[in-house]
Amino acid sequence: MTEEIIIAGFGGQGVLSMGKILAYSGVMQNQEVSWMPAYGPEMRGGTANVTVILSDEKVSSPILHEYDTAIVLNQQSMNKFEKAVKPGGILLFDPNGITTPPTRTDINIYKIEGTAEAANMGNPKTFNMIILGAYLKLKPIIKMENVEKGLQNSLPERHHKLIPLNLKAIDMGMEKVEKFSLQ
Amino acid sequence: MSNINDIIKPENLVYKKADALSDNIMHYCPGCSHGTVHKLIAETLDELGIQDKTIGVSPVGCGVFAYNYINCDWQQAAHGRAPALATGTKRLMPDHYVFTYQGDGDLASIGTSEIMHAVNRGENITVIFINNGIYGMTGGQMAPTTLVGMETSSSPYGRDISIHGYPIKITEILAQLPGAAYVTRQSVHNATAVRKAKKAVKKAFEVQGKAIGTSIVEIVSTCSSGWKMTPTGANEWMTENMFPNYPLGDIVDKSKPKQEDLEQFPLK
Amino acid sequence: MGELKLMKGNEVIAEAAIRCGCDGYFGYPITPQSEIMEYLALREPWKETGMVFLQAESEVAAINMIYGGASCGKRVMTTSSSPGMSLMMEGLSYIAGAELPCVIVNIVRGGPGLGTIQPSQADYNQATKGGGHGDYQSIVLAPATVQEMYDFVELSFDLAFKYRIPAIILSDGVIGQMMEKVTLGEFKPRWTAEQIEQMSGSWATTGMKGRKMNVTTSLRLQSEDLEKHNNNLQAKYRTIEKEEVRFDEYMTDDAEYILVAYGSSARICHKTVELAREKGLKVGLLRPITVWPYPTKRLQELAQKAKGMMAVEMSAGQMFIDLKLAVNGKTPVEYYGRMGGMVPSPSEVLGALEKQLIGGANNE
Repeated sequence: MTEEIIIAGFGGQGVLSMGKILAYSGVMQNQEVSWMPAYGPEMRGGTANVTVILSDEKVSSPILHEYDTAIVLNQQSMNKFEKAVKPGGILLFDPNGITTPPTRTDINIYKIEGTAEAANMGNPKTFNMIILGAYLKLKPIIKMENVEKGLQNSLPERHHKLIPLNLKAIDMGMEKVEKFSLQ
Repeated sequence: MSNINDIIKPENLVYKKADALSDNIMHYCPGCSHGTVHKLIAETLDELGIQDKTIGVSPVGCGVFAYNYINCDWQQAAHGRAPALATGTKRLMPDHYVFTYQGDGDLASIGTSEIMHAVNRGENITVIFINNGIYGMTGGQMAPTTLVGMETSSSPYGRDISIHGYPIKITEILAQLPGAAYVTRQSVHNATAVRKAKKAVKKAFEVQGKAIGTSIVEIVSTCSSGWKMTPTGANEWMTENMFPNYPLGDIVDKSKPKQEDLEQFPLK
Repeated sequence: MGELKLMKGNEVIAEAAIRCGCDGYFGYPITPQSEIMEYLALREPWKETGMVFLQAESEVAAINMIYGGASCGKRVMTTSSSPGMSLMMEGLSYIAGAELPCVIVNIVRGGPGLGTIQPSQADYNQATKGGGHGDYQSIVLAPATVQEMYDFVELSFDLAFKYRIPAIILSDGVIGQMMEKVTLGEFKPRWTAEQIEQMSGSWATTGMKGRKMNVTTSLRLQSEDLEKHNNNLQAKYRTIEKEEVRFDEYMTDDAEYILVAYGSSARICHKTVELAREKGLKVGLLRPITVWPYPTKRLQELAQKAKGMMAVEMSAGQMFIDLKLAVNGKTPVEYYGRMGGMVPSPSEVLGALEKQLIGGANNE
């Protein structure tokens, strides 16, 4: 099994940390992983993306130009990464702020109202975990116990009290993700 | 007439070359100040008993071969970088004495960044700064400390402030930094001056032993070759022209730190 | 067994230094490697192992602090990225001339000039051909994984002290910024003053207690002396070329075409080999681990049977020249690369290979 994922959105949406939690969860499941951010002057409000690869074998190139799954959290990223999904792959997106919805018919497209659900949960910071939950529902490649261990390892000790809330957000994402039907 | 062998006895000894000074014949020109300053450093290492735990850093300039004359461990730095080597050395060997030996081109021109930040960090090192207002080794070019109007091989019509700016008083600048614990300006042009300079050099090493910040001894010096003067003429010229620009005496002395000094620069 | 972690390449460099008994780090911030310094500042190794950490006022000062520390027989390290490395070349030349051991990490970014902070391999020539003035070499290791970033720190110190030579870890923004699994080794104690005296007492400036004075210098004003010194340096470099070549091979046994790439380019080419094999093309990869000394001999062997070789690098064919010299006309050699912070994709490399070599060979 090799799963190649791009997660892309605005800086501040928790794109990089979501990728790190996913990667650490893979480590906890004895998988080979890589986490490669597009680094640079992109700060809060700018674009941010990270390539995460989970595999049973050694990861070769950490930088890719097509992906099994693209998780897209703003319009710029939609423009850039819809076309980079492998045929038959998954595109998961949050419709908030998306003005031009995806149109490809050779891939599986899902939506998750992450922004709205995070607001419902009363904590906008749960956003990225809702997205992660939606992803894990679509690709149940990591056991929840390992996701929990991934959270423990990637969050600093002082934030460990937030782990139950994060897990709740993941559940929420799993519950709310739905197939997106092209108009 | 007594026999010479009756005179050569330990009890008659009035002067002895410092153990830390080597027997190598110095390459310096007649009248040059370097030899005298070397002697003062060597005597200080002897008197403080620190020769075997002292590391010197030699510059680029006439002092580059200082390691041929003073017996202790030495590092030879790139032009201006001696304070950075001394920083690395002292940080890793805090129980050793570390000093740099630098000329005015080295310290006050190409190495201003390194000396400024070393002093600003209050590195517990000693800086011996030879200021003769000229690049001696490369053939008498203008230095940052060259006096206004002074003729050098690269300012043959005299230092012109409209072109070259003013002679830099780097020691006064360094003295303003809180990391400076002892800053003094001396010379070695006569016996009285040599005695004072010796006290200053020794005090600078003692200050280093107290670990209260950087100690700096500037020696206003002659370069009779570069200045194209006789040794005695150079001494006279220095007295008349250099001293008014670079007045002798202590500039900062925190060797007995007051409470406010310690608050500003706490002991490490 | 060590600790298993998910860490960034840059952070791993810092952790490896602490754990292998490094005595001092001196550096200056520059993207994309500032995490190394930040990690150390946060980690406060001076409290744990006594390792000294200092943010210098410039790269020029940092490399000269290394010069001072290395002169004392201490295990000292600095890290930088391309523009900062240019500033360090003066100090590096002096360190090489004075035959001092130290470790320098370059997380290469795109140039020339201020260029970009994106990954590049365009400092290959600077690292492998001396870089500063004079005839000298540094041992240059090119990690391709985060684990190698960890392992090569201690290896670099070992090689640096074995030969009294600067060792450079030549990495780039990809390996520096990415996170991978890494197994951290046990903590090793820093050398004691007695150990240093025993190992390096013949040259290190540790104070002349009980011995004659030591001087670390690159100055040899008499040409006869300096030529002799240079001959000694060259003899040492020939020994290193014989003893310390390291490389890795992937599917070269039956390969008709061989990609040659180091560091992050090798990771990309690894995937290219997988893609090529899926298409039934017999492609293999040779990855120089030491880019100096370069795996010349092994490449000569491979050139005997290969239909062609291709250098793949994120620079304008700098390594390509070394490959051509090694192969010496025995087989066709091509180059494919990107510059300016652009990273080639595996399929892009495969396309270039098919177009430039495989297609070309079939046309003959």
